[in-house]
Amino acid sequence: MMIAAVCGVVSALCLVAACKREERGLRVDPPSSARVNSKTLSELRPGNVQPISAPNEFEQNAFAMNEGKRLYEWYNCVGCHAHGGGGIGPPLMDAKWIYGGAPEQIFATIVEGRPNGMPSFRGKIPDYQVWQLAAYVRSMSGQVSKDASPSRDDDMNVKKPEQSTEQQEPRGTGGVPKSAERPQ
Amino acid sequence: MSAPARSGMSAHARRLVRDALRACALACYALTTAACTGSQSILNPAGPNAGNVSRLWWLMFYVCAAVFLLVIAFLAAALARTRRRTNKLTDAPDTEPDAGRERRMRGVVTGAVVVTVIILFVFLVASFTTSRSLYALSDPNNLRIKVNGQQWWWQVEYENDVASQTFKTANEIHIPVGQTVTLRLTSSDVIHSFWVPNLGGKRDLIPGHETTLWLKADKAGTYRGQCAEYCGLQHAHMAFVVVAEPVEQFNAWMEAQRRPAAPPANAEQQRGQQVFLASPCVMCHTIRGTDAGASVAPDLTHLASRQTIAAGMLPNTRGHLGGWVSNSQELKPGNRMPPIPLAPEDLQALLSYLESLK
Ligand code: HEC
Ligand code: HEC
Ligand SMILES: [Cu+2]
Repeated sequence: MMIAAVCGVVSALCLVAACKREERGLRVDPPSSARVNSKTLSELRPGNVQPISAPNEFEQNAFAMNEGKRLYEWYNCVGCHAHGGGGIGPPLMDAKWIYGGAPEQIFATIVEGRPNGMPSFRGKIPDYQVWQLAAYVRSMSGQVSKDASPSRDDDMNVKKPEQSTEQQEPRGTGGVPKSAERPQ
Repeated sequence: MSAPARSGMSAHARRLVRDALRACALACYALTTAACTGSQSILNPAGPNAGNVSRLWWLMFYVCAAVFLLVIAFLAAALARTRRRTNKLTDAPDTEPDAGRERRMRGVVTGAVVVTVIILFVFLVASFTTSRSLYALSDPNNLRIKVNGQQWWWQVEYENDVASQTFKTANEIHIPVGQTVTLRLTSSDVIHSFWVPNLGGKRDLIPGHETTLWLKADKAGTYRGQCAEYCGLQHAHMAFVVVAEPVEQFNAWMEAQRRPAAPPANAEQQRGQQVFLASPCVMCHTIRGTDAGASVAPDLTHLASRQTIAAGMLPNTRGHLGGWVSNSQELKPGNRMPPIPLAPEDLQALLSYLESLK
């Protein structure tokens, strides 16, 4: 009886978690496609200030982060940041953030732009897509749940591909393997 | 029940049957004629490739129909014969096979096998020669068009050795009647397939690999094409039109397409252009002659010259454009254009501008 109840609860939890990952809204509700210039983000400051963290729901959603990944190319973030390794813009796959790595801080970076060459996308990207981009940007440095973040790349792999195994260190002392020592 | 009532009933029933039969006949007529005439039908070829394919199709149809009738005839004969023979059945087991019957049976089976092999061989040769004929059109010095399949629309680029003469459009391919055109096919996401039943195809569009298809139209007309390889949510709405037109008309069209977009002609269109340039539109679309130069979505430079929007899905009217721009996700769920809320006056101005892009 007890076991059955536990099983039920566990599978219900699994289901709930799985749903978030797979959820795929085809019809975006109009408010979330509003353009980003409606937001006031003035309380956010550059630098590694302690984030006022509101979780970005898209960080649990595989579809949304894949959309973010596509938009990262469509909106030519690739042109300046490459696939995370950086170029004109700083690398996004490392743990260092000039302007903070919390979801809202990345949101702010994209919308407002930053003084040393990061353009402002204010009014040019619908709100929900900025959140998708922010989720993808954070996934590059491995800050989002691994089971939902995009893990296959046509380009340099930022993270380990999902099927990869740990690299094996060669064991033993090297030299001739035992089986080859026997006289033939 | 009284007699008049009963006769009334049966007259009613008769009328019902007659109407049903009529409806069936009409439906059959409509179906067959639609299949043989439409703008998306392999049975209505408008060029050599589709002509060869449809000849092969008819050959197979007639031969298979004949085989089918023959099989049915033999089956009927066999059924009739057994019924006659049942009277002679006894309880004694039939241990001694009748030599004559055995010989006849062997003859029939051998004959059937021989006929089958001959028919298959005829089909083999016919399909081989048809396949070869599809390549007979190849000619390196003709009009080259690059078609890039994307979820869920077609980018069409008219190539030219002079770079300034190339131009891009979407979902509508114009070709001159009587000339072979070379289509270079690729994809930027998943596998699609290019198919214009009246002219030719199918040929797959494969990411990272180029395939080639030659097309020639003998008859002027508008033909509908359709993606023929399942490619995701809106695969069914990934269509296009091919317009085959006389050479002079085609050249005039090409000249017009090469030109940048016409500048706004009045204050409203001017405002529409500003709305476009200040909106997310510029992140994805190109309008040549303006600052909008992104290339991940259909080129809108001559949008108003096209017959359809959204990859052959909707007729190109102001109403459909309005619905599309304000929330394309309602019309084609899952497509890659986000809904973009605009103030009503801005939307109207934008539509006027889009309609001016002749
Ligand atoms: C024109 C080149 C350019 C483009 C395009 C561009 N960036 Fe940047 N980005 C920069 C530069 C340069 C910086 C560093 C700004 C600074 O230090 O003030 C930056 C900074 C950032 C940062 C902050 C990094 C940190 O360490 O805090 C993020 C996040 C970012 N960009 C994301 C994006 C995204 C997402 C896009 C696409 C929508 C994009 N960028 C497009 C040049 C660009
Ligand atoms: C995120 C990229 C993106 C943005 C932003 C965008 N579009 Fe689109 N647009 C697309 C894509 C992709 C298609 C093709 C959709 C399909 O047919 O599946 C399209 C199709 C269209 C079409 C139909 C074109 C045709 O020939 O079929 C029109 C018109 C159009 N968009 C206008 C606009 C306008 C106006 C705006 C700004 C208010 C805009 N778009 C913003 C990506 C975008
Ligand atoms: Cu398809």
